[in-house]
Amino acid sequence: MDTGSRGAAVLEPSPPGETAAVAFDHVSLAFDDKVVLRDVSFTLQPGHTKIILGASGSGKSTILKLILGLLRPDGGEVWVGGSRVDTMSEVELMRVRNRLGMVFQEGALFDSLTVAENVGYKLYEESDLPLDEVARRVEEVLAYVGLSDYLDRMPSELSGGQRRRVAIARAMCFKPPTLLYDEATTGLDPITATTVDQEVVKLRDLESVSSIVVTHQLRDAFFVATHEAVRRGSRIEIVAADAQKSEEAEFIMLKDGLVGFEGNAADLRASTDPYIRTFLS
Amino acid sequence: MTRVLTWFEEWIKAAVLEVQEYMRLQGATLRGMVSRPFYFHDVVEQFDLIGIGSLTVVLLTGFFTGAVLALQTGATLDQFGARPFVGRLVSASMIRELGPALTGLMLAGRIGSGIAAELGSMVVTDQINALRALGTDPVRKLVVPRVLAGIVMTPVLTVVADAVGIVGGWLISVYQLRVASSLYWSSVMDVLYIGDVWMGIIKPFILGYAIVTIGCHVGLRTTGGTQGVGRATTNAVVAASVAVIAVDFFVTRLLLTLLY
Repeated sequence: MDTGSRGAAVLEPSPPGETAAVAFDHVSLAFDDKVVLRDVSFTLQPGHTKIILGASGSGKSTILKLILGLLRPDGGEVWVGGSRVDTMSEVELMRVRNRLGMVFQEGALFDSLTVAENVGYKLYEESDLPLDEVARRVEEVLAYVGLSDYLDRMPSELSGGQRRRVAIARAMCFKPPTLLYDEATTGLDPITATTVDQEVVKLRDLESVSSIVVTHQLRDAFFVATHEAVRRGSRIEIVAADAQKSEEAEFIMLKDGLVGFEGNAADLRASTDPYIRTFLS
Repeated sequence: MTRVLTWFEEWIKAAVLEVQEYMRLQGATLRGMVSRPFYFHDVVEQFDLIGIGSLTVVLLTGFFTGAVLALQTGATLDQFGARPFVGRLVSASMIRELGPALTGLMLAGRIGSGIAAELGSMVVTDQINALRALGTDPVRKLVVPRVLAGIVMTPVLTVVADAVGIVGGWLISVYQLRVASSLYWSSVMDVLYIGDVWMGIIKPFILGYAIVTIGCHVGLRTTGGTQGVGRATTNAVVAASVAVIAVDFFVTRLLLTLLY
């Protein structure tokens, strides 16, 4: 009997999100009468990419806000780095947010702070790191996104693409293991959008950052899913992803609050679902 | 009839929600004042913006209020042969009522609108969410420094307004009403009781708190893009101005019972 009960304890399944970077387990959310998410479940493994597609208002950005704990679901469980966040208090959430970097739509840079202050905000304000170390880290990440000469500029002096890259630098500055991108390329010209996509790919492949990319720009979604970054000496090159890397990037298509599709880029292209065909065309 | 009832029910719900959120903000603010983290440089910045930044408008308002008070009351006092007592009237009116109320109204216009517009823009451009995502509590970072600056600087600005108002009254009394300077100043001091001074300090303390918390509450509840920011700014000024007058009445009523 004793042995049996111990055996049962060992075999008891662990919660779905305990080993994942992010996991949604049957999450639902409605604002008044409008249902935004219905029974949404997915798992993002560490180092992988999840690309969330869907029409405007389909609940894509809401998923990111649920992950950050900025919203709470009506039902289901949200897990981040092994911690269940949907039941946490705001104080507890602050610790979980140390594991998450977020690139907001339009950047959401702080107007009254310089680029350097924006990028180093979390380290300046919420850590005990010496100021010279913070300054060094800020210079390092700005060099990474190609904006070393913009340290003392104000956000209003930057172009749209530069603002997004500063937002990426701010999100990665404190080295979170997971980055969330909310329409990071929307409204940018194709060339600038590609530079932002390359930053996403570089962070994922060279810094081992897990990523959730919310977008309705198919071109950018497929770029992130089908490319990888490799270091050749001191140079970083963006090349076509090999088969294993392509498998690590999964698409989720949201439709009317439901997950209408989940799979890799090849599966998405091969789908015969009329909604997906319309979306892709 | 049913539509009217539904509308009324919605209105009541919205009003109760506003009150609930306002009370929650005050609770979070008070907690933020007595526990870490504490953003000291933001507090200093707000003391400068709210205190030093409002000095010009308060100086001008106080000066001209004192001057016009002397002008108006001088003529009335003449009818009773009491012109030499103009200083009493100016100092009592300024310190007990006009100083706190007018400073409050000026600050409601200047600070209430500024705070609502600033926080409202931060809400609609996702900067508040960005703060939370970066691990910062917006109440501690944005509201607590403003409230501290409001409750400390409003009494200071009121004392400044009282002083320049009395000086404005002195200029009119001496150069227009031809009252002796020494008579004016002795008349100013004669009428002042310690209760008046307390009233002149306690009222602006409460008014400053009301103005800033209303500005922060309205700003943080902004919705609807840039149009919403405009609406929030107007609402903050209107609500804070009405609050200044209403709070002034109730606090005066209370202090008259307690101090006199």
